[in-house]
Amino acid sequence: MGSQGGFGQSKEFLDLVKSIGEARSKSEEDRIVLREIETLKRRINEPDIPKRKMKEYIIRLVYIEMLGHDASFGYIHAVKMTHDDSLLLKRTGYLAVTLFLNEDHDLIILIVNTIQKDLKSDNYLVVSAALNACCKLINEETIPAVIQQVVELLGHPKEGVRKKAVMALHSFHQRSPSSVNHLISNFRKRLSDNDPGVMGATLFPLYDLITIDVNSYKDLVASFVNILKQVAERRLPKTYDYHQTPAPFIQIKLLKILSLLGSGDKKSSEQMYTVIGDIMRKSDTSSNIGNAILYECICCISSIQPSPKLLETAADAIANFLKSDSHNLKYMGIDALGRLIRISPDIAEQHQLAVIDCLEDPDDTLKRKTFELLYKMTKSSNVEVIVDRMIDYMISINDNHYKTETASRCVELAEQFAPSNHWFIQTMNKVFQHAGDLVNPKVAHNLMRLIAEGFGEDDDTADSQLRLSAVESYLKIVDEPKLPSAFLQVICWVLGEYGTADGKYSASYISGKLCDVAEAHSSDDIVKGYAVTALMKVYCFEKAAGRKMSLLPECQSLLDELSASHSSDLQQRAYEFRAVLDLDVNAIENIMPLDASCEDIEIDKSLSFLNDYVQKSFEQGAEPYIPENERSGTLNISSIRNHNSYEHSTHSLRFEAYDVPKPVVPTKLPPAVAYPTDLVPVTVNVTEPSYQPSSVQPTWPLVPVSDAGSGSGSTELKLRLDGVQKKWGKPTYSSGASSSTSNFESHTTMDNGARQPDTVMSKSLPRESKQSHAEVSEEKQKLAASLFGGATSRSERKQSGGAAGHSKVSRTTNHGEDKVRPATVTVTTAVQPPPPDLLDLGESAGDTSSYSSTVDPFQQLEGLLDLNQDNAAATSNAPDLMSSLYSDADTNGSLNQNPNPMNGSVNPSKKTASLTKGPSLKDALDKDALVRQMGVNPTSQNPNLFSDLLG
Amino acid sequence: MVVVQLFYLHLSLITMWIRLYFMLQIHFVLLISRQGKVRLTKWYSPYSQKERSKVIRELSGMILSRGPKLCNFVEWRGFKVVYKRYASLYFCMCINQEDNELEVLEVIHHYVEILDRYFGSVCELDLIFNFHKAYYILDEVLIAGELQESSKKTVARLVATQDSLVDAAKEEANSISNIIAQATK
Repeated sequence: MGSQGGFGQSKEFLDLVKSIGEARSKSEEDRIVLREIETLKRRINEPDIPKRKMKEYIIRLVYIEMLGHDASFGYIHAVKMTHDDSLLLKRTGYLAVTLFLNEDHDLIILIVNTIQKDLKSDNYLVVSAALNACCKLINEETIPAVIQQVVELLGHPKEGVRKKAVMALHSFHQRSPSSVNHLISNFRKRLSDNDPGVMGATLFPLYDLITIDVNSYKDLVASFVNILKQVAERRLPKTYDYHQTPAPFIQIKLLKILSLLGSGDKKSSEQMYTVIGDIMRKSDTSSNIGNAILYECICCISSIQPSPKLLETAADAIANFLKSDSHNLKYMGIDALGRLIRISPDIAEQHQLAVIDCLEDPDDTLKRKTFELLYKMTKSSNVEVIVDRMIDYMISINDNHYKTETASRCVELAEQFAPSNHWFIQTMNKVFQHAGDLVNPKVAHNLMRLIAEGFGEDDDTADSQLRLSAVESYLKIVDEPKLPSAFLQVICWVLGEYGTADGKYSASYISGKLCDVAEAHSSDDIVKGYAVTALMKVYCFEKAAGRKMSLLPECQSLLDELSASHSSDLQQRAYEFRAVLDLDVNAIENIMPLDASCEDIEIDKSLSFLNDYVQKSFEQGAEPYIPENERSGTLNISSIRNHNSYEHSTHSLRFEAYDVPKPVVPTKLPPAVAYPTDLVPVTVNVTEPSYQPSSVQPTWPLVPVSDAGSGSGSTELKLRLDGVQKKWGKPTYSSGASSSTSNFESHTTMDNGARQPDTVMSKSLPRESKQSHAEVSEEKQKLAASLFGGATSRSERKQSGGAAGHSKVSRTTNHGEDKVRPATVTVTTAVQPPPPDLLDLGESAGDTSSYSSTVDPFQQLEGLLDLNQDNAAATSNAPDLMSSLYSDADTNGSLNQNPNPMNGSVNPSKKTASLTKGPSLKDALDKDALVRQMGVNPTSQNPNLFSDLLG
Repeated sequence: MVVVQLFYLHLSLITMWIRLYFMLQIHFVLLISRQGKVRLTKWYSPYSQKERSKVIRELSGMILSRGPKLCNFVEWRGFKVVYKRYASLYFCMCINQEDNELEVLEVIHHYVEILDRYFGSVCELDLIFNFHKAYYILDEVLIAGELQESSKKTVARLVATQDSLVDAAKEEANSISNIIAQATK
């Protein structure tokens, strides 16, 4: 190992690294780096810098960049260095540019030439370096410049070069598939390369290609199966073994490819069964890599045409994963279970207790994965339990990304499987309350639609009950502080539309509440807008029903305030409200028909009722209207608008340019109407002299009033109609899950609903006679029953029968009694974090035993210090070092007394390790000496710097 | 039946983390010390310098605080980060949702083993002072975010050849400077 230790850098650089290493805070580090940047800026532009010096500057730039600072002032020097003839410098140059530049950086163009030249070099190391750079730097535009040479390199005598050429083509393909399409046959050819490394590299592009187009590669199934078989039978050179497993990475990639090819294809799948079975049988479940292969096999089995025998093997493997103590394997087991239940839904039942354990595990990653599994296996019988748990979890986390995801999953499940309206409304309330601003605004629309439409059946009483329960729940919630905006909008809308509908609540009560909302959220214009419109509805309905009603004083003052609002939208609403109040009952009924949000609105797009007006104008000499697209000199707005109306559901601003004002337009009404996004029509019409209650026109101009119209018009209305036709229950944006779960559902729901309660009953009877701690497991059983349902007989057998079931029970008792609240459970189980394990021994139990030996590096360090007695610095550091080491630990005192907590157990393995890893101590000593020589004294800051990474 | 949809509210607050490079296996590699200091970063997907700092901050906060017995994976912004601790150093790789975590764990270990072979009982200090060599080796293990070579021997041989060339170049340079030095005496 010729080059170890010899840090071939100058003292200056070493000092830099050292001072950064010793920096106590980020700001101190930043200061040092900024000083270094100043130095480099000055130095790097000096004339006639020796090349060696320049190389070091470049490496220092890399260092700065790595620490998160901007080194762009030196990029050009790195680019220049790639031009150098010396391989040493060239390699540094390439390393630096691949780290500095993205594929779209301006400087790339300066490198392309060099890459071209280097690809032709005789020295394969130069070619390799250039190919490495290709993968990162060549963008869509520059691909043609190098592609020919890269293709030629596929036939290079050195296998390393062939491999990199394949990978370079692969990255070109990812960037711009069209530029490489004619070369795809090359990948097929390379699949039969003599060198396993090249063959393995070919699998990456082929995998991508097959993902895009499966059918063109069906002919390769036999070859892939054959290769996989050979790999599994250890026909590859020994050097490709990894921890006694033959070429595992190639196996995994092949399995991935096979799962694509076999998906939904019986014939191809049948070719694979034998080899997959063989691999699963042979795989070494004690090593991590063996389990990685097993997991990939399960993924493959769940993707190809199912084979009962393989499914059984897969189920066994999953059982082993779940039984394992390693969290990693449990995680993989849960994931694999989620894949397999799509095909054989029954499998989940066998593992219900294990799944529940994972759900209550303090490890957040595992918990999340388990929720994903639950989400996949939700059906109408267990939706309540699952969604409740998901909501509890959602409330407990802070990570917005997952809060959003969990919220949208809750909504999706609730929409799909809701057992009752009441439950649905309650669930949605909870979701909105806790994650309202994170959920998709669509969800709010869906909720309003559900309340307005009911279940779509002709059961009016049920519908009105639904509305009543919604109104009641909202009235209860509405006074709470900090409700998210989206939720408040729903509340306002529903209260306005249905608050007074069945006479339970008086109009003045509802309008008082609405005024409160507007007042309490005075900074939120949108909510205020909703509140005002809702108020208007309430008053209109009252008036239309013939009841006398005077404006509440707070409502009056709200209107006054809004009439002077800065928001023109609010102002308009306030004025509209005023105007409507003055109209007579007939007009009001037309403007605000009761419960008409579900009525179809007919739109007279031809605007025929304006014909008279137009005719009159023509007679008075007005010019005819020219449609937008026939006008010259204006932008082609229509296309933009089309695009825009698509996006309209997310914003109400118009982003396209306004039309160039035409002298003709203002004199005419029709063009103004033709702009669908204009807000004007309402006011125009209310104040228009031609408007008379007697001449009730088609209601088109009034639509925006009744719907709080923030810019809805004919085209938008039309657009939205299609989506709206669908019933709420059918998910519009869930795809895979619904089909799989419904499949599951049909399988089990039949007997479920009926039997579920007595499942619990029959279970609790024998339980009671048992010991006290059985109660806990009963909770768990109950949860299991409610989650997995239908598993009565099986779970019954399990618990009364074997010791296995029993040990499970006792093992899980410490999870605490109250299973319903995961929060408390987490507390009880997370009590004692074990003393920080400095060695990553966490999983030494099974999966890593083959390579993670259990040596304590500090023991080695201790030894090192002992040997170093004469070195004053080291010894004086020693106590300091130990204390700083353990000050991290929570259990400070006890550890300090016994500096090596693992003494007894570790000793024997230490011996073996020092035998096998003979040079390690000496090496460490050498390194230490060298570093000290250079004046770098590792202080107590990080005593681990010397510890052997592989332990 | 129509309920005219009423809201065109906010642009959805969360823009999904969609990247063109969804096909890459590994999006980036991070080496962080227990104190949260960056020892090595390699970005296969494009991230701006600002994003990078943010990513490192977020991830080191998440990973360094995790207990020893927990999973070696964390879910993060729709991706998964697989990490493994070696002595005081955390090796982290970011992968897609559907990738095989156990495999990536072994990719990390593979890299560490190669480092170990090269440096001879590699320790954090080696990587601190020789980070550029760690980069060279990483370039032989991963290319464009994919594992490129599964034979340790081949990688070791390749890196050694490059080093010997480098050494030869150095000697040459030394001898030339000697000659010059003598000539100018």
